[in-house]
Amino acid sequence: MGISSIYQITGTALNSHSKHLDMIAQNMANAQVVAGSEATAYRAMRPVFAPLLEQGFDGDRVNGVEVQGIAASTADVEKQRMPEHPLADADGYVYLANVNMVEEMTSMIQASRNYQANIEVMNTSKDLMLRTLSMGS
Amino acid sequence: MSLLDNAFGISAQALAFRSQRSSVLAANIANAETPQYFARDYDFKDALARAAEGYDTTLATSDDGHIRVGDAGDFGDAQYRIPTKAASNGNTVEEEIEQAAFSENALRYQTSLQFLNGSIRSLKLAIKGE
Repeated sequence: MGISSIYQITGTALNSHSKHLDMIAQNMANAQVVAGSEATAYRAMRPVFAPLLEQGFDGDRVNGVEVQGIAASTADVEKQRMPEHPLADADGYVYLANVNMVEEMTSMIQASRNYQANIEVMNTSKDLMLRTLSMGS
Repeated sequence: MSLLDNAFGISAQALAFRSQRSSVLAANIANAETPQYFARDYDFKDALARAAEGYDTTLATSDDGHIRVGDAGDFGDAQYRIPTKAASNGNTVEEEIEQAAFSENALRYQTSLQFLNGSIRSLKLAIKGE
């Protein structure tokens, strides 16, 4: 536990936040996708973050963060009447993806900010470690 | 406590404390988005008191040849930070506060390092005598 464990901590954080960015990209790419039923409609993916715990001799300590799973957005799936669409159901409706572009954009900014913050932590720690290595010279 | 440890004073322990605190703060920053995660930090006053205590409490030795082991590295438990604003997902990490604390901690780490370097320089000067 110390400066050297920061690489593990920020490494897992960078990994988690880039997974979050992946999901956002996936959501935005699928924003216009339509489906033939409500059940098969595309639902926006959200990461479920959880702290990575490591058992130490003095109790659990946090040793990073992980994406524990993916939760589907519970926002309503909109349906649109498009009888000419090949995927339309018997009543002529298609079901739109429940992706909210504004929400995705704000999440993207937040995820990239988090990513940057962790990079900053890593750089600072690297500086400190290098200075420590050259102690006394 | 060996002669060398005495020469370096509390700076060595301060460095260890700063190093440990930096990883706790890094964990906070890493978990800025984690639901139900509670930010933690050390209480400096408590850690200082423990370090000062640890200064003369060492494991008992029955022979002069034994290496004395001080209990450096015991800085108490990290306490939960009291958030200034509430988040809907129960997360108490406030990014700005954590980042400020992290850079403050880095600065103080460098300060301790500077003090240690100073002590090492003086020791070297005394050894070489030039």
